[in-house]
Amino acid sequence: MESATNAATVNYLTAGHTLKSWLLTKDHKRIAILYLLSITVFFVIGALYALGIRLELLTPEGDFVSSDAYNRLFTGHGIIMVFFVLIPSIPATLGNFLVPMMIGARDLAFPRINLLSWYLYIAGGILALWAVLGGGVDTGWTFYAPYSTMASNSSVVLAGVAAFVAGFSSILTGLNFIVTIHKMRAPGMTWFRLPLFIWAHYATALIMMLGTPVIAITLLMVVLERALNLGIFDPRLGGDPVLYQHLFWFYSHPAVYIMILPAMGVMSELMSAFSRKGIFGYTFIALSSLAIAVIGFLVWGHHLFVSSQSVYAGLVFSLLSYIVAVPSAIKVFNWTATLYRGSISWEPPMVFALCFIGLFLIGGLTGVFLAATALDVHVHDTYFVVAHFHYIMVGGAIVMFMGGLHYWWPKMTGRMYPFPAAITAALLTFVGFNLTFGPQFILGYLGMPRRYYMYPEEFQVLNVLSTAGATILGLGYLMPMFYLPWSLKYGARAGANPWGVKGLEWESPSPPPTENFPETPIVTEPAYTYVREQEAEVV
Amino acid sequence: MSSVAHEHPAHAQQHPAFAHQFDTMDQQQDAAAIGMWAFLAQEIMFFGGLFMAYIAYRWAYPEAFSLGSHELELPWGTFNTAVLIGSSLTMALAVHAAQLGHRGNQVLYLALTIFLGSVFLGVKVIEYAAKFEHHLVPGAHFEFASPLAPQIEIYFSLYFAMTGLHAAHMVVGIGLLLWLLFRARRGHFSAAYYTPVELTGLYWHFVDIVWIFLFPLLYLIH
Amino acid sequence: MWSELLPSIFPASASTFADQVDHLYAFLVALTAFFTIGISLAALYLAVRYRRRSPDEVGHPIHGSMALEVTWSIIPLLIMLVIFGWSAALFMTISRAPSDAFEVTAIGKRWMWKFQHPSGQREINELHVPIGQPVRVLIGSEDVLHSLYIPAFRVKMDAVPGRFTSLWFEATEPGRYHLFCAEFCGTNHSGMIGSVVVMTQGDYQAWLAGGVTQGPPEIAGRQLFEELACNTCHFEQDAGRGPSLVGMFGSEIRLEGGQTVTANEAYVRESIMNSQAQVVEGYAPLMPSFQGLISEEGLLQLVAYIRSLGGTAESTTAGAAR
Repeated sequence: MESATNAATVNYLTAGHTLKSWLLTKDHKRIAILYLLSITVFFVIGALYALGIRLELLTPEGDFVSSDAYNRLFTGHGIIMVFFVLIPSIPATLGNFLVPMMIGARDLAFPRINLLSWYLYIAGGILALWAVLGGGVDTGWTFYAPYSTMASNSSVVLAGVAAFVAGFSSILTGLNFIVTIHKMRAPGMTWFRLPLFIWAHYATALIMMLGTPVIAITLLMVVLERALNLGIFDPRLGGDPVLYQHLFWFYSHPAVYIMILPAMGVMSELMSAFSRKGIFGYTFIALSSLAIAVIGFLVWGHHLFVSSQSVYAGLVFSLLSYIVAVPSAIKVFNWTATLYRGSISWEPPMVFALCFIGLFLIGGLTGVFLAATALDVHVHDTYFVVAHFHYIMVGGAIVMFMGGLHYWWPKMTGRMYPFPAAITAALLTFVGFNLTFGPQFILGYLGMPRRYYMYPEEFQVLNVLSTAGATILGLGYLMPMFYLPWSLKYGARAGANPWGVKGLEWESPSPPPTENFPETPIVTEPAYTYVREQEAEVV
Repeated sequence: MSSVAHEHPAHAQQHPAFAHQFDTMDQQQDAAAIGMWAFLAQEIMFFGGLFMAYIAYRWAYPEAFSLGSHELELPWGTFNTAVLIGSSLTMALAVHAAQLGHRGNQVLYLALTIFLGSVFLGVKVIEYAAKFEHHLVPGAHFEFASPLAPQIEIYFSLYFAMTGLHAAHMVVGIGLLLWLLFRARRGHFSAAYYTPVELTGLYWHFVDIVWIFLFPLLYLIH
Repeated sequence: MWSELLPSIFPASASTFADQVDHLYAFLVALTAFFTIGISLAALYLAVRYRRRSPDEVGHPIHGSMALEVTWSIIPLLIMLVIFGWSAALFMTISRAPSDAFEVTAIGKRWMWKFQHPSGQREINELHVPIGQPVRVLIGSEDVLHSLYIPAFRVKMDAVPGRFTSLWFEATEPGRYHLFCAEFCGTNHSGMIGSVVVMTQGDYQAWLAGGVTQGPPEIAGRQLFEELACNTCHFEQDAGRGPSLVGMFGSEIRLEGGQTVTANEAYVRESIMNSQAQVVEGYAPLMPSFQGLISEEGLLQLVAYIRSLGGTAESTTAGAAR
């Protein structure tokens, strides 16, 4: 049902043109766009820091920047990418835009709190930029005590406060999603008729709400120790640096599930949409998201295998870390099975989805290497770990962020982008990414530690390959920053359902009106119910 | 997937506080309640981090914690505990009055709760001042005549962090109560709509419960 | 063996368990390659085979298959459990130093590694060890977190200020191997590196003999014991305010409250820093805390002295602490 031009209709983008109408909006869709723009800005800054890192690592000597400057580069890269890009990325943009639409609601449960979330994000972001750009932070994004509390000469307090503030943005988003999904589903939208994107965001929201407060209090303790001398981790008083690590990773491990679960939700939507059939094993995918969220809270000690944590605790955390891999494996099998006897189109979102499969498999399976205590002793704090988490966070989460953006772009903007450019960007990203991070697995096993700005000569070739890959990767990210804005003015206008797929969001015009639906939808069938014409004809 | 015309609830029945994203007042109030409980769940995790640090260090340094605890002024602590429990009572009475639509009582009990909360904070100021005088504030001026002084300093770091965080929550609570008082005086709350009072009550009770844990952990170490 | 097949992706293998670690790694690489390539190819194949043929075509509704779900849940779980078992066993080996290991101490300090041999020989950023002899490294830090990492041995352990940790290895191949700090510690973290020099037994003895030594650490420890007035409470016989330390190291100690602990390095350290936490049965809690009064090196010297007073040899599991 392609409707005619929407240009004349009032939609959420045209309802109010003043800056005030944007900055004081309560419309979840506008807030999503505000997040999209701000996250893009932070992504660019974080990427520039990465460029600095890779340029330094072209040569074994420390010759591009000073050692202190390098420490600030990788710290700035980590803080910005983790707290201001990856954690909010999909939930705050696609989640905010789509959660109400997919369940047939007019908005989230608490629109003003949603806006507050964005302002907290911006406040935290400004503080973070002030910290990293004005002098810098050199502790690593992990802020390990006692270096961060007593030895670092950098803006630790400011960075800690920044992350603290941004954390509350995350908590409030999670709270909003949970209440919305519980209470605002359209009539007939039972739990097991929900799109898998919603299940994924529900699980994510649980972690956002219950995990983030722990890092908030942990960073607050670091700030109090540094600013007010409340010695909590100071070893000179008998303080325990390993306590800090437990508290930090109690959140920061589940945090990585905050990053990947929404991406898995997007993947489910894409695999279904571009095969035009229901996801194979819907219930298993839905419940595996919850399983990952719960088990994910029990594995944090795998970051502490060589910290002096007891051997027996290590084995328990190791076992649980293997177990948490199983629900992810279940998802991958189900997604692949969805392709069987589907009607598959190779439009750009599907290309991103296919890239995701391989990258996520490598990222996830290399996690198993790290869960193996005997191996982790050797590769902990080496480039092997760096490669592993980039495969998941960039190869997984960011690829799906791009895939989701390309899928819902026509819905959000009413415009379509040129497919050849998008597919090229996807492939450039895929190739560039593998070339950047593949060699790092090898570097790590060979023994190159993390956070080193100079290294033994024998590691140079792999580092050069990695930097070369990073330039290609950069190109892959740069392209959408051109053709997507270009499409806003010159792209073909998109109708309500340009992909011809199922989902409540596709039953509303593109772009949608402020209230999402002219009338509240009533749901009478499960998600992704495609009817084949031959069957429809049979009476 | 069919879309059938479904009208919005009649505007005539809308309470002034009704928000357009909901279909009914009931749905709105349910959502607000779930929201507050969810918020309190994350508050438990927030304080939880400090409690974990406390547990770890008390287990490691029991003697130091005991010595530190003996420096706290038990009479003030006990008084404050009574004050806070009393304020939870007045808060509950305020919610009840709002539910019954008794404007006078709402104002009275909200004001009493604010008063008691302020007394609590006033006592904390007195206690903190005493710590300052006795060189018990961690940092360069901390002094304690004991070979366990470094560990006692950790105890006091936790003391200030935990009671300070709690006090900050009290300040926010009093702010919320002042806002409620303002609205109650204007007659905003009645049986049809008293959700803000009820949910602020939940928050206030939570802050009280946190103190019920802090008091024995900090003041009553043998 | 594997290092010869694929020299470029494995570092030198120079300890008794390095090859075992490499075997586990190779298995996981193969597993990863198998599933990644297999599933990616399957996905690509299906995506081509079932390519959309007309604009309005939709896929066949297939909801799922319990049999498949169970299969691809159980099989990965079993694979995970196998890997867990394999790794756990190897990890226990890596974590438990044999009782005949001789002990070297290592102190991390920004930004250098200070080693000391049992004979007293000291080194900075370089560690000479013989082949065929288990070596246990007792690790401390003078300031912030560091981590002692020797890739060729496949060992790593954090240096944690406020406690002792340990790792062990038995070198198998003479040579010079990298030694890195693997926990970020500030400006010169990348420079806190050095070498482990593995020598034959004969060469090692010669090296030890040729070096200038300040004497074994227990001599310095004895001096500290007197300077800090430990000997005013700890007499040779149990007649002082504190128990005698002769023959104590490695034995089982009964504490006030009924608990029993082993008198290892962690116990000695704890007693010096925080004795109130574990008072020996029958004694009053009189021992002051020396927190802040003794350096990491001093602590290690005192441990060496107390160990020299006799007792059972004791090796704790790597990772030490409480």
